[in-house]
Amino acid sequence: MSTQNTHRLLVIGNGMVGHKFLESLQNKTHNMEVTVLCEEPRLAYDRVHLTSYFDQPKPDLAMGRIEDYQAWGIRVVMEKATHIDREQKTVHTSTRALKYDTLVLATGSYPFVPPIQGKDAEGCFVYRTIEDMDAIYAYAQSSKEGVVIGGGLLGLEAAGALKALGIKTHVVEFAPRLMPVQVDEQGGKLLKKKIENMGITVHTSTATQSIDLENGKVKGLTFSDGKSIEAQMVIFSAGIRPRDELARASGLEVGERGGITINEACQTSDPSIYAIGECALYKGRIYGLVAPGYTMARVVADQLTGGKSEFTGADMSTKLKLLGVDVGSFGDAFAQTPGSEEMFFTDPLKGTYKKLVLSADGKKVLGGVLVGDCSDYSNLHSLFSNAMDIPGGPEHLLVPAPAGGGTQVKATLPMTATVCSCENVSKGSICEAVMGGAQDIPSIKKCTKAGTGCGGCVPMVTDILKEQLLLMGQEVSNSICEHFDYSRQELFDLIRIKEYRTFGEVLENHGHGLGCEVCKPAVASILASLYNEYILKQEHAPLQDTNDRFLANMQKDGTYSVVPRVAGGEITPEKLIVLGEVAKKYNLYCKITGGQRIDLFGARQEELPLIWADLIAAGFESGHAYGKSLRTVKTCVGETWCRYGVQDSTTLGIKLEERYKGLRSPHKLKGGVSGCTRECAEAQGKDFGIIATEKGWNLYVAGNGGMKPKHAQLLAADLDEETLVRYLDRFLMYYIRTADRLQRTSVWLEKLEGGMDYLRKVIVEDSLGIGAELEAAMVKHVGTYHCEWKETLANPEKMKHFRHFINTDEGDDNVVMVEERGQIRPAFDFEKADLLPMISGD
Amino acid sequence: MTQTLTREAVWVQVCELNDILLHAGVAAKVNGKQIAIFRVEENLLYATSNFDPFTKANVLSRGIIGTKGDVYKVASPLLKHSFNLKTGEYLDDPTITIPTYEVRVEDGKVWVKA
Repeated sequence: MSTQNTHRLLVIGNGMVGHKFLESLQNKTHNMEVTVLCEEPRLAYDRVHLTSYFDQPKPDLAMGRIEDYQAWGIRVVMEKATHIDREQKTVHTSTRALKYDTLVLATGSYPFVPPIQGKDAEGCFVYRTIEDMDAIYAYAQSSKEGVVIGGGLLGLEAAGALKALGIKTHVVEFAPRLMPVQVDEQGGKLLKKKIENMGITVHTSTATQSIDLENGKVKGLTFSDGKSIEAQMVIFSAGIRPRDELARASGLEVGERGGITINEACQTSDPSIYAIGECALYKGRIYGLVAPGYTMARVVADQLTGGKSEFTGADMSTKLKLLGVDVGSFGDAFAQTPGSEEMFFTDPLKGTYKKLVLSADGKKVLGGVLVGDCSDYSNLHSLFSNAMDIPGGPEHLLVPAPAGGGTQVKATLPMTATVCSCENVSKGSICEAVMGGAQDIPSIKKCTKAGTGCGGCVPMVTDILKEQLLLMGQEVSNSICEHFDYSRQELFDLIRIKEYRTFGEVLENHGHGLGCEVCKPAVASILASLYNEYILKQEHAPLQDTNDRFLANMQKDGTYSVVPRVAGGEITPEKLIVLGEVAKKYNLYCKITGGQRIDLFGARQEELPLIWADLIAAGFESGHAYGKSLRTVKTCVGETWCRYGVQDSTTLGIKLEERYKGLRSPHKLKGGVSGCTRECAEAQGKDFGIIATEKGWNLYVAGNGGMKPKHAQLLAADLDEETLVRYLDRFLMYYIRTADRLQRTSVWLEKLEGGMDYLRKVIVEDSLGIGAELEAAMVKHVGTYHCEWKETLANPEKMKHFRHFINTDEGDDNVVMVEERGQIRPAFDFEKADLLPMISGD
Repeated sequence: MTQTLTREAVWVQVCELNDILLHAGVAAKVNGKQIAIFRVEENLLYATSNFDPFTKANVLSRGIIGTKGDVYKVASPLLKHSFNLKTGEYLDDPTITIPTYEVRVEDGKVWVKA
């Protein structure tokens, strides 16, 4: 309800910056009537990650939600503003006139399309909105080759997207290198090489003369040097221009080359009108990144609610992954500061390039460029942004520390240092939050918003948290959760020594509360490692994560996938046929896994026992693909079939998989055996890997694929099979007893004091004298192995728990499959919307 | 076509108390709705919607029950979002809640009003 006293705030534009502005205002608008004009057919969405719109499944990019806006008391008008009448303080759309007391322009920018002949033909696109993405996707279906004009950030994004759509892709850049604004000549060269290696053709120092047409449609490009290429589609990504036309027409001051002039308060030449984001021009500059736009949004929100924040320019540093290549640029990347010095480090083998721009005295970092490896970015960026003295010498910043020790230069940040640049949070605010009781990452996120934007600062926030806790004299807690004051290793020892058999006993004697989703599965896993009892025993069942509880892997829609054991990847034709028949009978999606097994997806909970009954009848057993346990031992064919093989890797792989199957561990475990150094089984990417030599077996440990790939390291060489198995038994049991919850072998080894040398002493020389005990524990495990599915099927009482509903035989009506490439997949929400009735009444 | 059905809540007998393992949940279909029923203590039950609003799947009954401080909660088995079993509040952001339902035990039978 509008009254005489309410202040009418009108916002034109609902992009990322417009949304951030409204979000910053929330809960402070009790005396305001807020209206936002939104020209696109949807509320604000994450334009920065627009390229991911092509991913499957399609991500939800929405930022502004109508429920939020309603909750914040904001009126949304989905119309385009056509005219601002400053005299009357009114904004017009084609259907209405809206009065304002304060107006905020968040009109953003539009893509610049250079005046090339043919630019408006069918097959020409820009890269800005979801509608653009839809149009590009549709057109790409009938195109073979495509060109992106512009080799900047967005151009490379667009090229990556085209490539991913299966189109032969070219990038045309007028400047002599890619990303000319961020990257220097050397970095540009390396970037070009990396991008060409991905199969994208890069044309630098090239101007487009014309777009060649056939029947009004794009069929190629001609360059100014006369050369031409074929292409059915063109995407323009040649920069942005501020959308200042409304401001211009209403007589607000604009820059010579566009942009609405603003002052430190983000006010335009009319004090009741503000401009934020890419339409605003501050000191002759348009900031084409989202972070400065967010800063402006916060400044205006603060101004309007009585604060005095100011916008005084913004850091244009960028760090991103383009087509899988890390690129970072910050500060004075081109050494324009008088007297500055440049320092380079190139590793052509790894394909990395680093440049630092240093102050004349070499004491400060002024800027830099990183290509191929950005792992030092946050460290370097904070040295720059806080103008700190370089600890050690600058050369340590460029040359990686020698493996296994050496000094890693990590500066202690001053309190004023900005840690999260998306949300503009300083180290000081994080430390305050920690002192105020926010002593874990989720609480810090909630309290300071640090880490809630791009998330890139979370590792640094974690370090600061630990540092602050130590400063406060608090021991950095290694207890697994609020219910136990012990680490996993301590719990393991307690349970082993006191011979507890149930979670209830452990909780009663050493814990508080009822437990949770962290400690319950952890204790369940420890109990399973020690005693190997049936995990669905009444007292164990409620502790299990859903995968263990239903002995299958839960997928996104609540259905499961089924993976029977195929030891070493060896399978008979008969069994292969059974898998196909079972998949057909239950209409399951089939996929060969990375670990040489066959995964059957889309099984409903109530179908799991039926499926397993068929599989067990055919001689299969549980593959434990659901457990934190041994998954597979991958093998190559070895000397049996391969002309290079020197040992029988398949037989050994099968033996090891049979030996360790069902072994529950802190994290899932994988192994591999290769029959020669060509390493077709990729054994060095596994928790244990074995490579055949002429003289025996080489044993590598503590590698992994996954999020942070690690190569395994050589533990012992030229072993006979018996010694190999003995070392493996010791290694696996030692890891199971001493690692943290969900800690991979590689991370465990990294944290193990003394590292590989120490581990070798324990395993090979038995320096702790525990070798026999570890081996005995493994022998016990091997002796107690049982197929969990076989046991489950034999127990009619357990079968009840697999029904979806306790009170009816119906299945989950929200599980909806559609067909793709001749098989089923779960329907996306938008596909479901038309298929399902909605029940309300809550 | 999307169709919206509204049904008045009624008490329905769902199962035996002993059909639900102590410290575990089951799903039930009550009056067209998917309900998750949790047995947090020998004779103390809670009921919420079975639908995890973050992952949009009917899986909450399959989550692990626990406590955060004094609050009984369930963690969704998919991405581990935790909900207060009594109020339906999402523990990291109280503006998000899932529906909760009345539940009672009578002569060893479980009744739910939904």
